[in-house]
Amino acid sequence: MLTPSLLPVLPEIILLVAACTVLLVDAFLPDGQRHVGFWLTQLALFAGSWATLTTFEPEPVLALGALFIDDMLSDLLKFFSYFVVSLMLFYSRAYLTARGLFRGETFVLTLFSLLGMMVMISANSFLTLYLGLELQALSLYAMVAMHRTSNDASEAAMKYFVLGALASGMLLYGMSMVYGATGSLDLHRIAQAVLGGAGNRVILVFGLVFVVSGIAFKLGAAPYHMWLPDVYHGAPTAVTLLIGTAPKLAAFAFMLRLLGVALSGLEFDWQGMLMVLSLMSMILGNVIAIAQSNIKRMLAYSTIANMGFMLLGFLAANLNGYSAAMFYVVAYVITSLASFGVVLLLSREGFEADRIDDFRGLNQRSPWWAFVMLLVMFSLAGIPPTVGFYAKFSVLEAAVNAGFTWLAVVAVLASVIGAFYYLRIVKLMYFDDAVDAEPIDARLDNRVLLSVNGLALLLFGILPQPLMGLCVVALLQSGFL
Amino acid sequence: MSILTAPTLSHYLVLGAILFAISMAGIFLNRKNVIILLMAIELMLLAVNLNFVAFASFLGDMAGQVFVFFILTVAAAESAIGLAILVLLFRNVGSIDVDDLDHLKG
Repeated sequence: MLTPSLLPVLPEIILLVAACTVLLVDAFLPDGQRHVGFWLTQLALFAGSWATLTTFEPEPVLALGALFIDDMLSDLLKFFSYFVVSLMLFYSRAYLTARGLFRGETFVLTLFSLLGMMVMISANSFLTLYLGLELQALSLYAMVAMHRTSNDASEAAMKYFVLGALASGMLLYGMSMVYGATGSLDLHRIAQAVLGGAGNRVILVFGLVFVVSGIAFKLGAAPYHMWLPDVYHGAPTAVTLLIGTAPKLAAFAFMLRLLGVALSGLEFDWQGMLMVLSLMSMILGNVIAIAQSNIKRMLAYSTIANMGFMLLGFLAANLNGYSAAMFYVVAYVITSLASFGVVLLLSREGFEADRIDDFRGLNQRSPWWAFVMLLVMFSLAGIPPTVGFYAKFSVLEAAVNAGFTWLAVVAVLASVIGAFYYLRIVKLMYFDDAVDAEPIDARLDNRVLLSVNGLALLLFGILPQPLMGLCVVALLQSGFL
Repeated sequence: MSILTAPTLSHYLVLGAILFAISMAGIFLNRKNVIILLMAIELMLLAVNLNFVAFASFLGDMAGQVFVFFILTVAAAESAIGLAILVLLFRNVGSIDVDDLDHLKG
């Protein structure tokens, strides 16, 4: 249903106005009052989630001349995104303050990148997909470079920028080919044209190759993963936390809209490509992660491996597979949030806590945070009863049901290799002696939220059905059968 | 001499593909200067623009041409951020050689 009303775009409008307001207000704030910008940002996120809830409609609604779609899938993913960004700001407050980054720019860029993600999630045309992607990416490039005196941060920002721009270029080239073959930029009209056999198939598949490459770059799937470890390592941990969480939700929606809706007629072609990506990511990510001594780099390779798993569910190309992949992304994002949350908690002024050795003897220093990190590592490794287990189980089930049994076998073997480096962290925390005697101190809100986040890994692991049910209903209501 | 007759869609597409290939080569083969990378990125977006305009004119559809305006705008914003990062990099590392961007590895 196409509506002339702006109501479906209300959350985006609120976020845009809020980002501009924070920018303006921050210019007039004295240095000691930076927390005003912080709370305004939190208020904006709250207002955004309120708007998403109140404008909720079970049926998909098209707006802005069919450039924008508001369906249950987008509402759910946007809701998770607000939540993730809000937690990211709470976790990184002390870290940012200690490095002089607790400023208006951080909040404004965070809000703009969130706005970009929301546009990506709700896009119904190549134009909005591209604009959302760029808004998100440009804000993140700037955020990586924000720690202006750090060599690593500027190098990481440059690498991220060049490879991100390359990815956008490839994606656009693919989009231009698909546009030429189908004569439309609207995702549903492209889908009809492709299913109706319109357009030159060679041009379509040629475009598809570039589109899939662009998506793989943004997801960080091997062999397009080169930027990921360097950016995770070089960026300030707070920014790494942001890059490692919410954009994955947006990239999932992006992939679903492009491959699952617009190019669903080329299913057999992209299944093969995703199979290669998934296989390479799972093996390469898990093997190279073993050799890392920096925890941010290790988590980057773990991201690559996890995106491989997510693709494993996605390439089943049915409701079962999409919902498993969606559950996987959400579970991964919650886990990743907690993992970088712990790294941020252990860091302090002049100390990044980003070496794996910094986790030595954490149990002696603080049994509770060691336990939270244990849950995170178990969840990433896929050990029950954490949420990572059910997530891995459901993508494997989807892949086996779709007939990719050999791929599932490789995935299980790869995750056995992966268990080594996750359990190594657990071993360091519980069986080694602490070298660092500094007490772990954090604000109360940070401690409470991070604890709840850690326990959520356990809760969703024991009771995954409500979340899984939500993913299935959202996909069904949004027209994925 | 069919090549000297009025250019058709495929001529434009081939030109677009050549520009795209040059920009890819510029990104992957260039080991000297980061500014060349930024130029290659611009060239890549221009190759895409050429494709969009050629298709839009062939299909008689305005949407493709409108898309080009958006790409041009984003390309401007992109090079602004790219150059800002470049200045920062030069201030911190003291060089803009691609080979000097090797501190982060593993």
